[in-house]
Amino acid sequence: MPENQAPVLTAPAPAAPPPEPGPAAPRTRARGRRPRGAAVALRRVSGLAAVLLLWWLGTRQGWFGSTTPSPGSVREAAVELLESGDFGHHLLVSLGRVGRGLALGIPLGLVLGLAAGLTRWVEDVLDPPIQALRMLPHLALAPVFIIWFGIGETSKTMLILIGPVFPLYINVLHGIRGVDNRLVEAARSCGLGRWGLTRRVILPGALPQIFVGLRQALGIGWLTLVVAEQTATTSGIGYLMTDAREFLRTDVMFVVLVTYALLGVLSDLLVRLLERRALAWRRGFAGV
Amino acid sequence: MSSQTDQAGPASRSPETGRPPGRAAAPPDSAGVRVRGLRRSFGTRRVLDDLELDIAPGEFVALLGPSGSGKSTLLRAIGGLDPEVEGHIDVPERTAVVFQEHRLLPWERVWRNVTLGLRGGDLRARAVAALDEVGLAERADAWPATLSGGESQRVALARALVRTPRLLLLDEPFGALDALTRLRAQRLVERLWEEHRPSVLLVTHDVEEALLLADRALLLGEGAIAREFAVDIPRPRPLDHPRLLRLRGRLLAGLGVTGGEPS
Repeated sequence: MPENQAPVLTAPAPAAPPPEPGPAAPRTRARGRRPRGAAVALRRVSGLAAVLLLWWLGTRQGWFGSTTPSPGSVREAAVELLESGDFGHHLLVSLGRVGRGLALGIPLGLVLGLAAGLTRWVEDVLDPPIQALRMLPHLALAPVFIIWFGIGETSKTMLILIGPVFPLYINVLHGIRGVDNRLVEAARSCGLGRWGLTRRVILPGALPQIFVGLRQALGIGWLTLVVAEQTATTSGIGYLMTDAREFLRTDVMFVVLVTYALLGVLSDLLVRLLERRALAWRRGFAGV
Repeated sequence: MSSQTDQAGPASRSPETGRPPGRAAAPPDSAGVRVRGLRRSFGTRRVLDDLELDIAPGEFVALLGPSGSGKSTLLRAIGGLDPEVEGHIDVPERTAVVFQEHRLLPWERVWRNVTLGLRGGDLRARAVAALDEVGLAERADAWPATLSGGESQRVALARALVRTPRLLLLDEPFGALDALTRLRAQRLVERLWEEHRPSVLLVTHDVEEALLLADRALLLGEGAIAREFAVDIPRPRPLDHPRLLRLRGRLLAGLGVTGGEPS
C-alpha cells in the first residue's frame, strides 16, 4: 500500500498512518529521480556530436575514400545553394508535394481506420482489400501512377498520398480494438450512448496507437517523396540530388541527405510534441 | 442439469440454517428489485437456472457463492450489462455499478470520471460534492493514475453516488484492496448507504464483509439462490458479535468450507 494513502473516512479523524519522520523522506525522494535539464540536453547532443566528429575525422584521414565530402565542404555547398535561392525553391516544391500528399492521405487513413474500427460490417468489407493492398510495396506503383496520372504533380501527390494510408488504417483499427472492454462496459453503465462512448472512451483509448500510426505515416511520406522525385521532374530536393549526381557533386548530394534527415526529425518532433500534450495522462515506463 | 432442490449440497437443506430461498417480500416497487426465471448459459454450461430474487427498497443484500457460481453474472444481468440473459428483471431506473476494478478512464481527470455520462449544469460542483462524501474532494483534478488503489475505488464509489441511484450494484468492490483499506471502505459504504438508502446488491466472496454490511446474505448455488440468511444484528456491527460469529460459521459451512465456527 502506498504510504500516502488518504484515510477512507472523512469524519472523525481515523487512525491515518503517521507521516514519516523528517530525515528519511527527502532522501528516498531524491534517489532515483531522472537527471534534468542541462544534463539531459548534454546527453542528447553528445551522440550527435560524436557522429559529426567521426565524419570529420574520417574524411580528413581518408578512411571514407575520396568520394565522401567533409562536413566543411557540405556546409559550403549548403551556403552556396541557400544564397543562390535554388535550395529554397526546391525545398518549397518538395514540401508542397509532401504536404498535399499527407493532407489527403492522413485523413483518408484515419477515416478508413475509424470506420472499420467502430462498425463491424465496415471492417468485414474493407479489411480484406486493404490488407491485400498493404502487402503491395506502394513504391512499386510509381511507374503505373506516371502512366495513369501523367508525369506532372498528380502522380507524385497520389504516390505520397497512398503510402501513409496503410499504417494509419492499421494503427487506428488496432488501437480501437485494443481499448479495454471493461472501460467501455463501465462507461455504458454510466449511461453513455454510442457517440459518447466513441468520444469519451474509444477514441482517447485508441489515441496512443493512432499517434504511432501518425509517426509511421510521416516517415513513409518522406520516403515516398524521395522515390517520387527521382524521375520525371525538374524541381524538388530529389531533383537537386539527381542533378548533383550528373556532375558528381557529392557535397550537394550530402546537403540533400542531411535535409531529408532534418525534415524527418522535425516532423517527428512535431508529432511527439502533440503526443505529449494529448497523452499527458499516461504514466508509462520511462526507462532507467 | 436438474433443479437446485435436487442438487443442493448435503448441508444446505437443513431447516435451522437457512430460510427457503428467494422468498423475501419485495413488491414490484420502483426502488426494489424483482427477478424471475433468470437463465444464462455460457456454451453448454448453465450458470443461472430459473433464478428468483427480490430486493426490498432500501435493503442491503449480500450475494455469496463459490468462485464460478454466477454471482457476477447475476449482478451484470441486473445491471443491464448482459444482453444475452433470459428472464424477467425489474430494476429501478437509476442504477449504478461499482466493479471490482475501479474502471476509471485514465485520460479523464478524476472529477470528469465522476460525472461521466451526466448532463446538466455545473457538473464539476456535483462531482466535487460526491468526491467530498468519499473524502477525496481535493483530488478532483488529479489523473486517475496518480491515485492509490483505495482512492481509485472511492472515486468509483463517488461516480456511482453522484447518480443518486435507487439501486447500487457492488461487484466485489473491495476485493483488490488490502485488509485495512478494505475495512475503511466497508465502513464508508455502510455510512453512505445509511445516508442515501439505495437498495444494494453486494457481490462478495468475503463472508465477514457480507455479515458486516448486509441485511440479508444469499448463497448462490446450482444456478439459483440456494440459501438465505437474515442478518439481524444492530449496526455498527462489531466483528466479534456472537451472532455474527455464529452466522459466519453457517455461511462458511454453506460455502463448503469446513473448520468454520461450529454452530
